[in-house]
Amino acid sequence: MDNPVKYPTPQGNPETKHFWDQAVEGKLLIKRCTACGEAHYFPRAICPFCFSDKTVWEESSGEGEIYTFSLMRKSATGPYAIGYVTLKEGPSLLTNFVDCDQTKLKIGQKVKVVFKTTDGPPLPFFTPV
Amino acid sequence: MSIKGKAYLAGIYEHPTRHAPDKSTSQLHAEVAKGALEDAGLSKADIDGYFCAGDAPGGVMAMVDYLGLKVRHFDSTDTGGCSYLVHLGHAAEAIAAGKCSIALITLAGKPRTGAMPPRATGAEVDFEAAYGATTHNVYGMCAMRHMHEFGTTSEQLAWIKVAASHHAQYNPHAMLKEVVTVEDVLNSPMISDPLHRMDCCVVTDGGGALIVTTEAIAKSLKKPLVRMIGHGEALKGPRGGKDLNLTYSAGVWSGPRAFEEAGVTPKDIKYASIYDSFTITVLMQLEDLGFCKKGEGGKFVADGNLISGVGKLPFNTDGGGLCSNHPVNRGGMTKIIEAVRQLRGEAHPKVQVPNCDLAVAHGTGGLLGVRHAASTCILERV
Ligand SMILES: [Zn+2]
Repeated sequence: MDNPVKYPTPQGNPETKHFWDQAVEGKLLIKRCTACGEAHYFPRAICPFCFSDKTVWEESSGEGEIYTFSLMRKSATGPYAIGYVTLKEGPSLLTNFVDCDQTKLKIGQKVKVVFKTTDGPPLPFFTPV
Repeated sequence: MSIKGKAYLAGIYEHPTRHAPDKSTSQLHAEVAKGALEDAGLSKADIDGYFCAGDAPGGVMAMVDYLGLKVRHFDSTDTGGCSYLVHLGHAAEAIAAGKCSIALITLAGKPRTGAMPPRATGAEVDFEAAYGATTHNVYGMCAMRHMHEFGTTSEQLAWIKVAASHHAQYNPHAMLKEVVTVEDVLNSPMISDPLHRMDCCVVTDGGGALIVTTEAIAKSLKKPLVRMIGHGEALKGPRGGKDLNLTYSAGVWSGPRAFEEAGVTPKDIKYASIYDSFTITVLMQLEDLGFCKKGEGGKFVADGNLISGVGKLPFNTDGGGLCSNHPVNRGGMTKIIEAVRQLRGEAHPKVQVPNCDLAVAHGTGGLLGVRHAASTCILERV
C-alpha cells in the first residue's frame, strides 16, 4: 500500500549502523546480552541491564502483539495509530500500526513487522497478521 | 541529611495572563520574578540562588544576566513540566546545605502565541521519531492500557475534568470558567483514543515564580509560614523494552521518598496539587502516590471525590491545567503555587480547604508513555 507520509531519514551512528544496514535487507534486529541473557531494543553497545559490553545482534522474528495503542484522530498527515509492540523475543518497542483499519486495533492483537521507505534506510512499522 | 523543615516558601506569583502576544518570554520571566519578590517582601538584590528550566531563553547564564542577578548557586535541571517541583527540592537542598539563602525559581513562555521549539532528543531518535509521539497520543496509550488492565472508564476520567471545572468557576483568571458535566467531556471530540478534548489541559501563555528561603529569613517576613518537609524525584523510561508497563509512573518512586522524608502518609494530606496535563495523568498519579491502590483510581476520582467541599481529596482548586492555566505546557509551577495558597489560607473562599496544614504538590514531566520524570513535594503550614 502506498503511504503518503514522508518519514524522517534515520541518521545512524557507529553504534547502530549494522541495524540500519540489515533493515535495508528487510531484517529487524535486536540486541542480546550474552552476559545476562536479556534482549533489548533500541540497540546499545553496552547492556542497559547488567552493563556488560558483551552484546550481540540477533534477528527478530518481527512478530509480536500490541501492548497498547492510541489513534491520533487528526494530524498534518492524517490520522495515525501509535503504539507499543511486544516482540516474541521479549523487548517492547514504539511503532505505528499501518496498512490496516486503524479503528479496529485491539490490545493483544498479533502483528508483524513491515518496512517503510525513507530517503535512507527503511523504518520498521507493524501491521496486523 | 534531610531537607525536612529547612526551606520555606516565602514568595509565590502566578502571572494573571493567559495570552501574551505583546510580551517577550524573558520579560515574562522578569515579571513573575518581580511578582514573587513583592509577594515575599524581598528585593532582587536579596536573591543568591536561581533556578530555571528549558523554557528560560538562553538558559541560566542568559537569564541571570538579563534579570541582573548575582547568585552563588544555580540549577537548570530540565525535566519538562515537573522541572519546578524538582527545582523546589533542589533549592531546599541548597538552602539546607548553606549554598544559598534566598532562591528564585521562574517559569514563563508563550505556547499559545507561537509554536514551541521541538523537544530535545537522545539516542532513541532514529528508533522513535518517525512514529509521531505527541503528548496526546502517548498519554492516550497509558489510558488505553490502564482501561485494558483495570477496567477504568472514560466516565471516570471525565470526573477529573468535572472537578477541575467546579474549582475554575471561582478563578477570575481561569481560561475555562464554565462548569462541565461528565456528558460534556464524553461528547467532546476524540483527540487521541481514548482521550477526548476535555481530557486535555489548556494551552496558555504566562508563567509563575517562587521564592524559597531559610527559616530565619521566612520568619522575618510577613506571609504565613509554609515549609518543605519532604521531596522525592525519579525518572522512568522503556529501559530497553523489558517488562514495559505504562500503567504506573515514576511517581511510584518519587512519592514514597517524599512521604518518608516528611514522616506523613497520603491519608494525612488535606489538599493535593496534581499535575493534570490530561485526566489520565491525575488518575495514575493518585494511584502512584498511594491515595488509592493501583487500578482503583477510576473509582477514587468518580462522583466528585476531588471537588473541594464535596469529596475526600480536594485537588487543583485553582482549576488546574485542565481549566485554568498551563503556562509553557509545563504544569509543575502552578501546582506549587496553589498548594501554597491553600496552606496560607489564600485560596478562593469557595474552594479553600478548612484548616489546610498539609499539602502535596506533585507532577510528571516529559512524556508519560515514553520517558518522563516525577517530582513530589510535601508542604506544611507552620
Ligand atoms: Zn546484560
